[in-house]
Amino acid sequence: MSAAATVPATVRRLETMLLARAYEEALVELQHGGAPGTCTSVGQEACAVGVVGALEPRDRLLTNHRSAAHLIARGADPGRLMAEVLGRVDGYCGGRSGSLHISARELGVVLTSTIVGGELSMAPGVALAQKMGQGEAGGIVAVFFGDGAACEGIFHEALNLAVQWQLPLLFVCENNDWQAFVHRRETMPDNAIAAWAAGHGLAVRTVDGNDVEAVHAAASEAVAGIRADGRPRFLELVTYRLRGHFEPDDQAYVDPAELARWQARDPLQQQADRLLAQAALDSAGLARLHEAARARIAAAVAFAQASAWPDPRALTRHVYAEQGDRP
Amino acid sequence: MSRITTEQAIHQALAEEMQRDARVFLMGEGVATKRPDLLRDFGAARVRNTPLAEAIIAGTAVGAAASGLRPVIDLLFAPFLTYAMDALVNSAGKLRYLSGGQFEFPLVAMSMTGSGWCVGAQHNHNLEAMFVHAPGLKVVMPSTPADFKGLLKSAIRDADPVLFFTDLGLLHQEGEVPDDGDHCVPLGEAVVRRAGRDVTLVSYAKTVEVCLQAAMQLGAQGISAEVVDLRTLKPFDEATVLNSLRKTGRLVIVTEASGLCGMAAELAALAATRAFAALRAPVVRLTGPDAPAASSWVLEQAALPSADAVVQAVEGLLHQAVAEPAVLAAS
Repeated sequence: MSAAATVPATVRRLETMLLARAYEEALVELQHGGAPGTCTSVGQEACAVGVVGALEPRDRLLTNHRSAAHLIARGADPGRLMAEVLGRVDGYCGGRSGSLHISARELGVVLTSTIVGGELSMAPGVALAQKMGQGEAGGIVAVFFGDGAACEGIFHEALNLAVQWQLPLLFVCENNDWQAFVHRRETMPDNAIAAWAAGHGLAVRTVDGNDVEAVHAAASEAVAGIRADGRPRFLELVTYRLRGHFEPDDQAYVDPAELARWQARDPLQQQADRLLAQAALDSAGLARLHEAARARIAAAVAFAQASAWPDPRALTRHVYAEQGDRP
Repeated sequence: MSRITTEQAIHQALAEEMQRDARVFLMGEGVATKRPDLLRDFGAARVRNTPLAEAIIAGTAVGAAASGLRPVIDLLFAPFLTYAMDALVNSAGKLRYLSGGQFEFPLVAMSMTGSGWCVGAQHNHNLEAMFVHAPGLKVVMPSTPADFKGLLKSAIRDADPVLFFTDLGLLHQEGEVPDDGDHCVPLGEAVVRRAGRDVTLVSYAKTVEVCLQAAMQLGAQGISAEVVDLRTLKPFDEATVLNSLRKTGRLVIVTEASGLCGMAAELAALAATRAFAALRAPVVRLTGPDAPAASSWVLEQAALPSADAVVQAVEGLLHQAVAEPAVLAAS
């Protein structure tokens, strides 16, 4: 077995995508057994791993209800994530957020909004604080949102302010074609997101969101640009939501041919094929990665299920600041 | 002590707190234009004009507050807060809790509210109760220049998001205000503006003066009215209200906001649930109507509780065995 330091970054990206996939598949299984439903990011792992991998610990990020892959790519402990989803005390937020609003201060995951566009509303403020000296020197902020949020007015308000105030903010639109139960073709012209963003006068790139190396390269370039001149950048990552809006969801409303087309473009399979073709990995190595991800997630499930329920007497704790809370 | 207006008191509080804490900054529609001396003293980074876009102003304040700054945002007129409600209600008010206390949101959202300028319902709407109903927020609505300064300073220093309402009709009133840079009025403390024995008049903001005028008229008849100014609506000072009520046995609540599910309803419920045995008469609410504010001076004034109406209500309580709850809209 290779030491972690000698594993190529391309293999590590596959490893992280496998972990995110295994985590969400385990959640789906738990849901069949009565655990709270979740909004998965299955099919979008390359976006998360490519972009988050281009960030540094001094950077901060904001995300949305489809946050699992972002958090795992950021190094979140799957056991603590799972405990949060199950409403247990060992979750990142003590079981108060569930799956939809997980934040993790220690990971620089500042805020998670499940109000579509809410993350876009808060992101300029986080970037402004960074610009005004509150973060670590040279840090930037990344905000993840979907094509649904791009239809909110706040999308334009956030872009306008970020450009006008020259905020160190990377806008990452994961354009996954679905806005809850509505297909994007019903809500906007095909190239609208990039065109709308470009209209605000910032650098915009559209990238294949199922190619983790392409995403990583584009994100690295955008992050370096923001660090260099302090101005915002915009990435549109073209991807697809392979599972339903919410678990369980039979996806009866999805065109099977469209779904099959995107399943054939699964970002994990694409990266695995690439690494096999490059001989960066052999089939036994790939099998070991799969097995390692599954084992880690099995341990995470066991940890989460063993975690205690919150004390109901603490129901109203943290509504307001209390003695002993953070300054 | 200096004799200054409410507007000057607010300005002093902003300047002093920006001087005191480099994390405090001001942002809003025209704040840099209207406060050139703050812009001069603290620079364009800390006194920021914004687009006329309340949602992103409030959202930006939430993100900045979570990340170490202490924003004060000026959203001009209270009805515009409806554009800002997602950030204020769903983010500022909820994310401390949802994050299990990992993040805090020390921000102040200022806006003007209430009648007196004939500006009509889209610039004049007492919607303070909406924010009282939202968990995680605090709500302040002062009545005197000294309180405007002291409560705004406390709001800026507070670790939680505070909605700070300025009653339009009070902007140009003058009063004695301490010059002391540490003149802070604690959030959540009501004050007895006038002591009395026979009836408790509870109010806040502009209608405190209405109650004081009514108390003077009642005093001339030998009726002793106590006037309580809530000052902070959330958290509100239950003890001061209950102490007064247990002394007088009679309660008249006076607000410019409409009565349905508002502060007046909450105070009436407080009396019924916590001081029922002390009540010698039914609780009376004098409120604005459940109607948008009209711009015509006559219609606008007709919507407000008057001192005469308060006097009548108190007389009814004292001279009738059972008084009907008076709602201004019905009179």
